[in-house]
Amino acid sequence: MRADIPAEPGTPAELVQLLTPEGERVHHPDYDLTLADDEYRSLFRDLVLVRRVDVEATALQRQGELGLWASLLGQEAAQVGSGRALQPDDFCFPTYREHGVAFTRGVDPLQLLALFRGVSNGGWDPHEHNFALYTIVIGNQCLHAVGYAMGVQRDQADTAVIAYFGDGASSQGDVNESFIWAAVFDAPVVFFCQNNQWAISEPLEKQTRIPLYRRAAGFGFPGVRVDGNDVLAVLAVTRAHLQRAREGGGPSLIEAFTYRMGAHTTSDDPTRYRLASDLEAWKLKDPVERLRSFLWRQQLADQAFFDGVDAEAEALAVRLRDGCRSLPDPTPEQIFDQVYAEPHPLVAQERAELTAYLASFEEGHR
Amino acid sequence: MSETVTLAKALTLGLRRALEDDPKVLVMGEDVGKLGGVFRVTDGLQKEFGESRVFDTPLAESGIVGTAVGLAMRGYRPVVEIQFDGFVFPAFDQIVSQVAKMHARSRGDVPMPVVIRIPYGGGIGAVEHHSESPEAYFAHTPGLRVVTPSTPADAYWMIQQAVRCADPVVFLEPKRRYWEKAPVDTGGSAPGPLFAGRVARPGRDVTLACYGPMVRTCLDAAAAAQQEGHDLEVLDLRSLSPLDLDLVTESVERTHRLVVVHEAPVFLGLGAEIAARVQECCFYALEAPVLRVGGYHAPYPPSRLEEHFLPDLDRVLDAVDRVLAH
Repeated sequence: MRADIPAEPGTPAELVQLLTPEGERVHHPDYDLTLADDEYRSLFRDLVLVRRVDVEATALQRQGELGLWASLLGQEAAQVGSGRALQPDDFCFPTYREHGVAFTRGVDPLQLLALFRGVSNGGWDPHEHNFALYTIVIGNQCLHAVGYAMGVQRDQADTAVIAYFGDGASSQGDVNESFIWAAVFDAPVVFFCQNNQWAISEPLEKQTRIPLYRRAAGFGFPGVRVDGNDVLAVLAVTRAHLQRAREGGGPSLIEAFTYRMGAHTTSDDPTRYRLASDLEAWKLKDPVERLRSFLWRQQLADQAFFDGVDAEAEALAVRLRDGCRSLPDPTPEQIFDQVYAEPHPLVAQERAELTAYLASFEEGHR
Repeated sequence: MSETVTLAKALTLGLRRALEDDPKVLVMGEDVGKLGGVFRVTDGLQKEFGESRVFDTPLAESGIVGTAVGLAMRGYRPVVEIQFDGFVFPAFDQIVSQVAKMHARSRGDVPMPVVIRIPYGGGIGAVEHHSESPEAYFAHTPGLRVVTPSTPADAYWMIQQAVRCADPVVFLEPKRRYWEKAPVDTGGSAPGPLFAGRVARPGRDVTLACYGPMVRTCLDAAAAAQQEGHDLEVLDLRSLSPLDLDLVTESVERTHRLVVVHEAPVFLGLGAEIAARVQECCFYALEAPVLRVGGYHAPYPPSRLEEHFLPDLDRVLDAVDRVLAH
């Protein structure tokens, strides 16, 4: 066995990279990417807007407008790159941190805020966006992704499925079972692991003794590690593996090597368990800044473009702040809505009891 | 030796003493080490007792409980932490199929002195899967014992008693009461047995049977009822399996009226069992039907609705009014 977890987190073995942290374009023999100028600019816009959603949501939580927020800070490229690799018919199964992927699937960020504000347990129609509801129980969604992919196989559709999960989830039984199922059934699914190095307070070595992408080999499908802070590399690698799945090549595992720059959620305090110096090292690999450098270097964008994106981000922020505060609270009776698809007498009875109980206050009986 | 501490801190002190008292006691789970648990219940324990006895596990609940089974077979007494109520279900198979049955199927050769700590219940404005009350599943499972403290003093003693118990104990911690403070006498030994309830407030007119997070709610309801001239007795059940039915029936013999209160859905909840037992044991003492106040037959709602889902003072008093109307 090769015991080769890289000594330095920043220099992992066999990392696919197309853009260095300094914004220099490099090439990889297996994964290349040619984009039109406006496509590069569009990716930059995505990264900036997604980061702004995150910043605003964090602020709204601090102001008491959200109960909780799970920040994606540092993972924008992993999410935008993989999300933009998807075709409209492809289907995504997210965790609860895929705000950037949600953005690429056309889910209004306000719908994400509804979940974290506590006005909804869902937020959007998965079939409208081909983007499943967030899954909070760690790893559950990976099996759903495989099942969906098995349906795609039966329909002989030209569709791929992507399952998002994290380094912590890689320990869960459900995730390992999903690998087995996908391999056995040759399901058209891409397992996309954002290895952000931390499961709340637990560093990666609490979950694994080999690089996560190498686990795929044991299950019988390919695994690849990509620089998760390099939006171009993530886009190229994810595109290639989704296409492989669509063409009947079966499952694969992509490990996007990145870093959770923020807390696990707004309830967490990472200063209790990790060093600020790690954070400083990763700041130099910032996904937004490296694409900005590239655009400048290659003269693909000018100041007017960057100003325009900033203005758009500001407008989005204003819309989110106002929109979040005016999200309507559900009515108490909505507790009983859609518990079942068909009528259920106990639910009907309890709903009637709650209505009568609430009415007793209105009528001044108390 | 008395100090005023939060319920969470009382658990920390109790766990620390359990670790001191028996070198076979282990504490394990997600984030229980350096972080001290997401609620800080294991704060400082790894530093004091080392990484061999207090340790972080991979993120896998079935793994946490399944390996605890093996550790128990090897003579250890694992105290495992499940981070939130809604995350216990990946471990449900190990708990129901293995932990609960091992002693019986080995005809006593393999005891399972495992404590499964679970913060439970709502009222903290959390997202999905962080506010559930799964006690009935466990109480329904033969082989498991289920207890829940409602005060810092009970938390301190009950966790130690649970660790010493030869049987597996599901130890439910009322997370919304973690930060409530009260004096705890940490000297001597436990003031009473683990599997018994207590009268939290004596009264004459109606018995309120409750546990965990609802004890505070029922005491508040009793204080409010006092203003209207009703004297309510509040029973803190403490143990859900076994259930201290003598405490309940003795109270009902005096008050003739019973309301059971829990956060869990009413349908097939603990209240159903208590109501059935009470009508069996003291049918002729009852002057009103036994009423239940609890959650609805609906998934735990988004947090903006939880105040309507959770029993509160008004809903308890509404039920009290109805039993008094008989």
